[in-house]
Amino acid sequence: MAHALATGGELVNALLDGLSWLADGDNWSGPTGVGTRLVEHLWITLLSMVIACAVALPVGLWLGHLGRGGALAINISNVGRAVPTFAILAILYMTPLGLSMWTTVIALVLFAIPPILTNAYVGMREVDRDAVEAARGMGMAGGQLLRGVELPLAIPMIMGGIRLATVQVVATATLAAVISGPGLGRIITSGFNRQDVPELVGGAIMVGALALAVEGLMALLQRAVDPMRRAGRRASRPDRDQGMPLVQEEVVGSA
Amino acid sequence: MALFGPAHDATLTDNCLARNDWVCGEYVRTRWDEILDALGQHITITVLSVAIGFAVALVLAVVARQVQWLRGAILGTSTALYTLPSLALFSLLLPFTGISATTVVVGLVLYSLTILVRGILTGLDAVPADVRESAVGMGYDSLRLLRKVELPLALPAVFAALRVATVSTVALTTVGMIVNHGGLGNLISRGQRSNFHAEVLTASVLCVVLALAADLLLLALQRWLMPWRRAVSS
Repeated sequence: MAHALATGGELVNALLDGLSWLADGDNWSGPTGVGTRLVEHLWITLLSMVIACAVALPVGLWLGHLGRGGALAINISNVGRAVPTFAILAILYMTPLGLSMWTTVIALVLFAIPPILTNAYVGMREVDRDAVEAARGMGMAGGQLLRGVELPLAIPMIMGGIRLATVQVVATATLAAVISGPGLGRIITSGFNRQDVPELVGGAIMVGALALAVEGLMALLQRAVDPMRRAGRRASRPDRDQGMPLVQEEVVGSA
Repeated sequence: MALFGPAHDATLTDNCLARNDWVCGEYVRTRWDEILDALGQHITITVLSVAIGFAVALVLAVVARQVQWLRGAILGTSTALYTLPSLALFSLLLPFTGISATTVVVGLVLYSLTILVRGILTGLDAVPADVRESAVGMGYDSLRLLRKVELPLALPAVFAALRVATVSTVALTTVGMIVNHGGLGNLISRGQRSNFHAEVLTASVLCVVLALAADLLLLALQRWLMPWRRAVSS
């Protein structure tokens, strides 16, 4: 018990040291300061997510719309999980890409595609078939059906995939540091190499806090862009159709 | 370590090692022992992490079901843990567990909890209430109810979670190379530093193969444990 208490105390001390390292303004400035690393980290994350969405969303939505390629869309997630991002980083590092930013970005894009694609596909497939049939009966077809009916109903699930991918990309971008890439991970590896525990812990706290903040922001965003929720609010007015909230509950429940 | 690098062999013979090819049978032949050691470490760390993670997750899930107000706290904490980058977590553990396999195992156990607690809870929640009531009516106490009725019925969800957790753990173990206990990750890290193509690619491919093999093994185990449901979805 005494041992456990001692380690508990050490943990608190290490965390406090890390926090005071972060509180020191000097550590934030300069080309290797927390400020620069934070900007790098966010930029890499944003760039990777934009590219991953641009690749995965059209494919996932289109396959879901057609109802084909289900095995591919589901299995890409399973295979994606099995491929270590560190291995991808190491392999890309030894290609002509080398130390450029694109090594990290490509590795993160490959990492982010599976959850986005799978969720987009599943989201489209889980859209109430009755709603799709009704829209068909009203004369909607192809792109109109996709944009007007399937996409709005699938948004919670699609956003769930983007949210998951974003949080994981923020966390995984840290790994770029092991090949001397950009981002906050560099603070951790620098503290590690110099046996500077406050710097190491400070960097770890910084990355953890960033990941949690992004998770919170993405949860808010997921709620904000859900058209069914907005429709739900409008539906509470007496002059609106009251049928919508039922659909809303089903769809949100599946997310 | 540099002694075994590709440059050393280059002076002796002209083979795929000297050319630094990505795919090289000579590498596998000459470094077989090293590869087996790394693979063994990788498997040990993964199995330990998933086994401990499963035991802890089972306890947490049962507690979460018994004590309603703890449910949100347990789920929330394990989700928050998952957002922590592995590099940061291993580094944070370092002052306490040192450069050892313990650091990696503790970190991986924490990560596996997110998936496992959720999966076990989903499975237990899905047990029909009337099944539970019949068992209680037949005189099952809560431990026997859990062991003989609830857990067997929860197996599909539990195994789904176990497979995801295992595959993720195999991949994440590579990051353990930061404390020198990353199994195949050690080879990847060393190969990357010395620009040894075959070492990096072979270790990476082995890692994926190991993950997929573990997945298949668990699938087989699931079918064996649930002979009443041969048609298990993959």
